[in-house]
Amino acid sequence: MKNQSLTNNIDWISIIIYIVLVLMGWLNIYSSSLSSMEGTADKQLIFIIFTIPLIFIILYVDGKFYEKYASIIFGFALLSLAGLFVFGKTIAGQRCWYGIGSFTLQPSEFAKAATALALAKYLSDSQINLKDVNRQIQALAIVFLPVLLILPQPDPGSALIYSVFIIVLYREGLPAWYVLSGFVAILLFVLTLVLEPEYVILISLIVIVIYHFKSRLGDRNIVLSSIFFALISGFVLSVSYVFQHVFKQHHRDRFNILLGKSVDMKGIGYNTNQSEIAIGSGGWFGKGFLEGTQTKGGFVPEQHTDYIFTTVGEEWGFLGSLLVVALFVGLFLRIIYLAERQKTKFSRVYGYCVAGILFIHFFVNIAMVLGIFPTIGVPLPFFSYGGSGLWGFTILLFIFIKMDANKVNEW
Amino acid sequence: MRKVLLPSLIIIAAILLVLRLFYLQIIDDSYKLKSDNNAIKIKYDYPERGYIYDRNGKLLVANQPSYDIMVIPRELKNIDTLEFCQLLDITKEDYVEKIAKAKVYSPRLPSVFLAQLNKSEFAAFQEKIRKFEGFYFQKRSLRDYQVNYGANVFGFITQVNEKLIAKNPYYNSGDLIGRQGVEESYEEVLRGIKGVKYYQKDKYNREIGSFKEGKYDTISVQGEDINLTLDAVLQEYGEELMINKRGGIVAIEPKTGEILALVTAPSYDPAILVGRQRSKNYTLLYRDSIAKPLYDRGLLAEYPPGSPFKILTGLVGLQEKVIDEQTTFMCHHGFSYAPGRFMKCHGFGPHQLHNGIYNSCNTYFANVYLRIIGKYSNTPFAVDTWSNHVKSFGLGQFMGYDLPTGKRGKVPTSNTYKKMYPGWGYSGKTIISNAIGQGEVLMTPIQLANMMATVANEGYYFTPHIIKKIQGQKIDAKFTTKHVTTIDKKHFKPMISGLFDVYNLGTASSLRVEGIDICGKTGTAENYAKINGVRTKMEDHSIFVAFAPKDNPKIAIAVMIENGGFGATIAGPIASLMIEKYLRNKITRTDLEKRILERSLQDRYAKLGGQSEAVKQEMRRRDSILKSKMIVPKIIIDTTKH
Repeated sequence: MKNQSLTNNIDWISIIIYIVLVLMGWLNIYSSSLSSMEGTADKQLIFIIFTIPLIFIILYVDGKFYEKYASIIFGFALLSLAGLFVFGKTIAGQRCWYGIGSFTLQPSEFAKAATALALAKYLSDSQINLKDVNRQIQALAIVFLPVLLILPQPDPGSALIYSVFIIVLYREGLPAWYVLSGFVAILLFVLTLVLEPEYVILISLIVIVIYHFKSRLGDRNIVLSSIFFALISGFVLSVSYVFQHVFKQHHRDRFNILLGKSVDMKGIGYNTNQSEIAIGSGGWFGKGFLEGTQTKGGFVPEQHTDYIFTTVGEEWGFLGSLLVVALFVGLFLRIIYLAERQKTKFSRVYGYCVAGILFIHFFVNIAMVLGIFPTIGVPLPFFSYGGSGLWGFTILLFIFIKMDANKVNEW
Repeated sequence: MRKVLLPSLIIIAAILLVLRLFYLQIIDDSYKLKSDNNAIKIKYDYPERGYIYDRNGKLLVANQPSYDIMVIPRELKNIDTLEFCQLLDITKEDYVEKIAKAKVYSPRLPSVFLAQLNKSEFAAFQEKIRKFEGFYFQKRSLRDYQVNYGANVFGFITQVNEKLIAKNPYYNSGDLIGRQGVEESYEEVLRGIKGVKYYQKDKYNREIGSFKEGKYDTISVQGEDINLTLDAVLQEYGEELMINKRGGIVAIEPKTGEILALVTAPSYDPAILVGRQRSKNYTLLYRDSIAKPLYDRGLLAEYPPGSPFKILTGLVGLQEKVIDEQTTFMCHHGFSYAPGRFMKCHGFGPHQLHNGIYNSCNTYFANVYLRIIGKYSNTPFAVDTWSNHVKSFGLGQFMGYDLPTGKRGKVPTSNTYKKMYPGWGYSGKTIISNAIGQGEVLMTPIQLANMMATVANEGYYFTPHIIKKIQGQKIDAKFTTKHVTTIDKKHFKPMISGLFDVYNLGTASSLRVEGIDICGKTGTAENYAKINGVRTKMEDHSIFVAFAPKDNPKIAIAVMIENGGFGATIAGPIASLMIEKYLRNKITRTDLEKRILERSLQDRYAKLGGQSEAVKQEMRRRDSILKSKMIVPKIIIDTTKH
């Protein structure tokens, strides 16, 4: 009977996509580590095998468990992040791992799922209305608490991921201007780096003045418009300041490379240049499995982790890359579809979080590999080498699959 | 509306990524190339170049190892330039310049830093090469000449130029290629095919194994050995005889068309164009625009043939039935063919074909020519008839021999004269100087030799060629195809008898070789040079053609000596010495041999010395029928022609 309920009602479409992605990921890790990183593929295979008991445990545990203990899981996750400052192991200047024997564990990979649970739990209370500013602050606090702990590790990539929760909150009623100002902030940020801050401020002034008079906001709102302009100016100036004075040179370089402001193919631009060469040389059909010359030559740094997509591009070509993108998009849309179908707000919010988290990883990672996003350490879900990442994403996904399977029994 | 935001973002993001992928992978194909440069290292395995032997199997050209110092500018690290330059015996400036040049070519790809070091030059450097990161060496094989003659026949080996690399995908920067002579015409046979090995390399440029398990690798194919038709003894002897003279000798075996000797003078020791000194020496040879040692006079020197051409005038006359052996013309020290027009002749009295030939009577052949052209009332038709007969001896065309340089020579046709005399007619008298080889006709020594071979064969020839055997391969069928002339066989007998008596009764009677029946003909070409701006008549070019023995001929020869004077004084003796050497392998008239060996024409050439170029060297038709027309021989060394 247990067995039956274990697989009862689970969404096979998501699971098949998941399995295909994991196996494709492993093939590419195998290829990219063949000539230079012996044992990498074997280790990843062990990680993959370990996901099987993990999945069964998740499916075995009662669906209500996650809702009940969401706060405790979240608390535990926060503790594990905080504990890094004391017990953490530093690898390549980043203090994001716990060392257990020869294995390392990265708690931030699990904290995403915990945060999603906590946010879902908080929003599932029918009393919560996100029109209320206090509620807004509380919800955002849940999101930014882990960010505060992750940023100083420093792990800006993981921290960036949490911005996707804004979109989840918007779905649940957060006012649009949060999202809007988020996009405006990104736009201003990029503009500030491309142009001089003075020009950006000038452009903003012109846009605001035109908007003010076109919309006939009148004298009464002139204060509001002025405050708005002041905010923008402040933001632009602080971005400029942070970029010039707080960012380290290598951060600045990453943006400058991306914006085409500086070219140094041997130094800082090397990663992006090499990954573009690898992908670009794939053509329509790619060079074939294990035939990628760039992959074999180890020209792309971190190819089995953050740059795993270059192997896909080189060896499987445009069609292979297209397939991977299509599988991911299919999975995201399927999860969103399932989430909208949920009977409880808790599992809907959680489903949304899962889709959002996976999506932002996917987009930031591939965009970086393709040279349209600055170099930042974000893994490609299910593909990139690493046990913590794989398990983190597996847990994240399968908790939702369990919730989805459970919805029939809920009433 | 809130539900739509995330799905929309996902789809927009996916489209963005796919567009970017499409751009990188499909539209912009520069990445493909970058990837290959990045990751694949190509190594060539150069096969040894084929050896060159003479017709009797004597080894003429072999190989020796040499070493190229290669550099990859990007990989240069902490070079002790002082030590480096000392080891290779170069200056610091050289070093800087060469590195800069290599960088311009490519910082990433190997360039030749210093080419063709011999074993001893390389030895000291080899021990320390590990110290100089970014440098490595490549072993090559270079020519090792076993003989110090035949440079013009062999040609030489040089680095392939950028233009050819772009044109011919086989060659890469730094590859060697044959230039001039048989090295050029048999380049593909001699070089073999280089092997290619592809290596996968990593980001540190280290090899990490073969690329695709050697799927695209090829094995080198050895160059093939070749036998030339050259007789080494005769070639060497010819070059010796030509010391201190300028000119060319071509000897052909009539029965086969095989070139027995191809001498040009001045020449040079082929060994000086090997190794590090090559480029310096080549420049010296190339710049010598007066003596022109790189100019193969045997193949390239076009001159009015003079008296030897009378042979063809006679033969055409017989063939066209305008004369027979008994036809007689009177000679009064010349021939007045029009009022006030007089062609001088040293002969006197009645002349038939026989004594016309051995006395070289201008009057006789002028009359024959007038009859040939007068045979038809349509003069242009008559000219073309004559022209076609002459052309059937291989004149006025590239003969198709297997050496990379050559000149067509010239045989005028009715078109030639239509252009020369627009608007008014011309007759046999107008162009009468053709009768005695002084008109518009131009011939190269090899054409002269081939003409004699054809006469010796009584009416056919094989395209002259220098290749005898290619290991495992028959020679081209075009060299074994008979070319038959338009002259009937029977007409050659009386002509040959006349040529035989040139040695007995005629202009070469002093050159007889006891026991060998030689048939020959002297010739002279007037020439002028501009000395200090004044057009000055120079000593005539000396021409002699012959074949021997009279019955069953083994050798046909043409000798041309620049400013050698009357044909019988230098060219004739050289021809008969060559014939004796070839047929008997020893010389009976050692006094004549000694005289010729010691004879120097350098004092005559010294007069030309102040002149920058032989461009200014002029040649002129001998007769006074037409106003002097200058024929300016081209001095461009034609190495490109195939």
